[in-house]
Amino acid sequence: MSEYILEFKNLGFKYRAQAKSTLYNIDLKIKKGEKLLVAGPSGCGKSTLGSLINGLIPSSYKGDITGSLLINGKDSKEMSIFDISHIVGTVLQDSDAQFVGMTVAEDLTFALENDCVFLPDMRKRVDEVATTLNLKDFLLHAPGELSGGQKQRVSVGGVLASDVDLFLFDEPLANLDPRTGKQAIELIDELQKKTGAAVIIIEHRLEDVLHRSVDRIVLMQEGHIVADESPDELLSKGLLSECGVREPLYLTALKYAGVSIESKMRPSSIENLVLSDTDKAQLKKFMKEVHKDKKPLSKEKLLETKGLSFTYEKMKKRALDNISTAISKGEMVAIVGTNGAGKSTFSKVICGMENEDEGQIFFEGNDFSALSIKERAAYVGYVMQNPNQMISKVMIMDEVAMGLRLRGVPEEEVQEKVTKALKICGLYTMRNWPISALSYGQKKRVTICSILVLEPKVLILDEPTAGQDYRHYTKIMEFLRQLNQQGITIIMITHDMHLMLEYADRGIVFSGGKIIADKTCAEILTDSEIVDRASLKETSLYDLANLCGIEDAATFVQDFIDYERENVRGLWDE
Amino acid sequence: MNNLFNYIERESPIHELTGATKLVCLLLWSLAAMTTYDTRLLAVMSVLGVALFPVGRIKLKDVTFMLVFTLVYLALSTTLVYLFSPRHGCGVYGSTTLLFGLSGYFAPTAEQLFFQLNYILKYFATIPFVLLFVCTTNPSEFAASLNKIGVPYSVAYSVALALRYIPDIQKQYHEISQASQARGIELSKKASLVSRLKSASSILIPLVLSSMDRIEVIANAMELRCFGKNKKRTWYMERKFRLIDYLCIVVCALLLVASITLTHINGSRFYNPFL
Amino acid sequence: MKKLGVKSIVAIGIGAALFFVLGRFVAIPSPVPNTNISIQYGLLAFIAAVFGPIPGALAGLIGHFFIDFSYGWGVWWSWVIASSVFGCLMGIVTMKLKIDEGEFGTKGIITFNVGQAIAHAISWIVVAPILDILMFQEPANKVFVQGVTGAIINIITTAIIGTILCIAYSKAIPKKGSLTEEN
Repeated sequence: MSEYILEFKNLGFKYRAQAKSTLYNIDLKIKKGEKLLVAGPSGCGKSTLGSLINGLIPSSYKGDITGSLLINGKDSKEMSIFDISHIVGTVLQDSDAQFVGMTVAEDLTFALENDCVFLPDMRKRVDEVATTLNLKDFLLHAPGELSGGQKQRVSVGGVLASDVDLFLFDEPLANLDPRTGKQAIELIDELQKKTGAAVIIIEHRLEDVLHRSVDRIVLMQEGHIVADESPDELLSKGLLSECGVREPLYLTALKYAGVSIESKMRPSSIENLVLSDTDKAQLKKFMKEVHKDKKPLSKEKLLETKGLSFTYEKMKKRALDNISTAISKGEMVAIVGTNGAGKSTFSKVICGMENEDEGQIFFEGNDFSALSIKERAAYVGYVMQNPNQMISKVMIMDEVAMGLRLRGVPEEEVQEKVTKALKICGLYTMRNWPISALSYGQKKRVTICSILVLEPKVLILDEPTAGQDYRHYTKIMEFLRQLNQQGITIIMITHDMHLMLEYADRGIVFSGGKIIADKTCAEILTDSEIVDRASLKETSLYDLANLCGIEDAATFVQDFIDYERENVRGLWDE
Repeated sequence: MNNLFNYIERESPIHELTGATKLVCLLLWSLAAMTTYDTRLLAVMSVLGVALFPVGRIKLKDVTFMLVFTLVYLALSTTLVYLFSPRHGCGVYGSTTLLFGLSGYFAPTAEQLFFQLNYILKYFATIPFVLLFVCTTNPSEFAASLNKIGVPYSVAYSVALALRYIPDIQKQYHEISQASQARGIELSKKASLVSRLKSASSILIPLVLSSMDRIEVIANAMELRCFGKNKKRTWYMERKFRLIDYLCIVVCALLLVASITLTHINGSRFYNPFL
Repeated sequence: MKKLGVKSIVAIGIGAALFFVLGRFVAIPSPVPNTNISIQYGLLAFIAAVFGPIPGALAGLIGHFFIDFSYGWGVWWSWVIASSVFGCLMGIVTMKLKIDEGEFGTKGIITFNVGQAIAHAISWIVVAPILDILMFQEPANKVFVQGVTGAIINIITTAIIGTILCIAYSKAIPKKGSLTEEN
């Protein structure tokens, strides 16, 4: 037997339908029981690497493989996807697609059923796995009754049941709220220690993965491995941002202050980070220099709710309980909270997709309640999370024009308004392209554009950057910021703490159908009680402030964000 | 639980039967009811079907909703039969007995009324049993049961997948349709039929295209967990047959035999009191 | 039966689920009072055209069975089977189309629509009424009138919805060899 579970030898790969190779000269060895993070921007080849490991290439995706990959010492070319699946257990990003059973118990046994394991043995195995993953109370639940974190645990259980030697996690954090993501990383860590299996995590959210230590980070760019070293080594270099992977925020802050990062400072986690007194002093001094008092925001109320309550028919609990809040003109606001906290319901009630039981909604002082869903869209536009769920035309131009045409606007005016909206969104040059030729981020722009064309004063966006890497995230968010500067009020529903911190003027935190906080995002993310109730995570800047003995963490965080907004952001966008 | 089909979790002898047994019984029972038009057998089956409700601990109020649906549909259907073919019964029974001294195309005849009584009875012979099946069979057992009675497991699993993803697709449809309404799509009566259908496609396109993407991901996820590796597979939800299971199947098989025998004795599918 | 690929199996499941959701929950009011137009056949035609006759037949069978089943009015086998026959025929007549490779031009639209009209006619004017007569001894004129009405409505809905779906899907597929980046 080999001491390596995986051995890539000068491997290259080209998809059949593509002109260029996706992977070049991959040489990579992974020891049994090792824990590895594979990071890189979208399109760097990290998912392709994953498909080679679990056998989807060549089983589902065809292409030319050069060089070789040994799995457990055996050439993968001689193994079927089923042979490989007994060694490599894959947890896919989309846990709804991976959850194929009708109940938790059935999904946990899916692989065993396919291996013709007898019923008594299956029962025993389900019991063991459910105990390990704390799923015993949910065995008879349907996927619709589970939270995102629970679904992911079921996915993990489904591969755990077949006793694999290597767990492969493809973007495990993509669909989870911050706290659940943190728990997922803890779970992966426990799993590795308990089973002794090797773990590969493919993820671009580096800071979150490093919540628990990993042995090595493999950094990829354009199909090449550009780094393969310990986290401390890698983080002391500038390689990450060059590759479009975001480094941990606390390191960014230190770098702004001119502190040089070295591997002996153990930069891979804020808990182990060693800072000298000079470093700390330097940071404090820098922050004092950049501190600016905040300009007060406009207080002209645009959208206001008074005592808004709503209960879904089938549920007894109130989804919204006496919500009174106001959004001012020109604001960029984040609405945060766990799944089921009421944040999506709130936006649906505002847009008229659901009708409130009690309370009132005012827009520029006028009662909103009498307006239909279609009429409200002229004031408040709603953009769904997944652009693919909104696009129903083939050509960009038609898609953007659809809302106007359905409203019977004369064609001349349609053209005029569409042209204007396309120009705002930077899509004018592509106006005659089919939408299928666009990237995900560009599609997102099209959906935003198709809402903007109705000239709403407020845009509500559900998770505007879900699943996007740092570069795409920045592109989308900078675009929203530009819209905001042109006078459009923006409300974002999000789980992403970076997003709220960096882009929102204010955060409204929902929990159990109520608003539990309404203040600046820096204040929210440095308040342990709120962070805990809303299933968020304190920003690592807060820990950095504590480490350096800075008492007013909220101001420190705010200063950092302000500094970054003014001096750094936007510089590398296109 | 997945409650799309009104499955009611209770403890009863019928709940305890395996899904496969109930499926076989349902098939035999429907086949028996389908073959015969014999008033006596249909009456027996109707009574038997209703009598099984207390055994399965299913109450009338559990099925009111579905029952109302069915009755409306039945009423409509019988009316249609009468309107389209008021003398259908005469052809079937080979005689014409005018009633109440009326005459004309729509005049009631004893044969027609008797035929329509049988038509209604035929519904009553199957509906209670189907309702009972719906209420007492866990949808999770469907797939395993189909496989057990000889359906290839790949097809059986597609049934399970349909059941699994119906709630997801329903939710997605709802969300997409809300967002489309905001953009101005309407399915109401105001627009013309063609434009209504076009509006419907505007909602369907995102729904269907994102489902098509889903198909690939789900297929990959299944293959990564060995689906399709062996000629057979086991089922977590499968249960062992007991004596009572075999008994039930025998009883239902006897009904089918009775139905075929009666057809043979009567010389046709009908019991003819007018001879 | 020929062994179905995993992708076809999933397509049957998802196709049946879509068929069910459209047939059960999506009501388009028709010009005739109190009746709704079923748009699920446009979808079924599309599924059959992309995945072939067997997935088409099974998605129709399972989806329609579930619709009847969820209403609890007893499974109306004659119509369930007719749905399945439609899915199968549709899969056969569109065999030569390559919608999943992004090809669906004027010729494709014509083949698709002539095919769907024939398939609907056979399913609703031949298969369903004959099964109704055999199973329930229904009056022939009643079932044929029902069949013809059903066929006409389904042909119209399929012509619009099915065609639009096929066009949208074929356009959404990157043409062979034109891919440049992953994801």
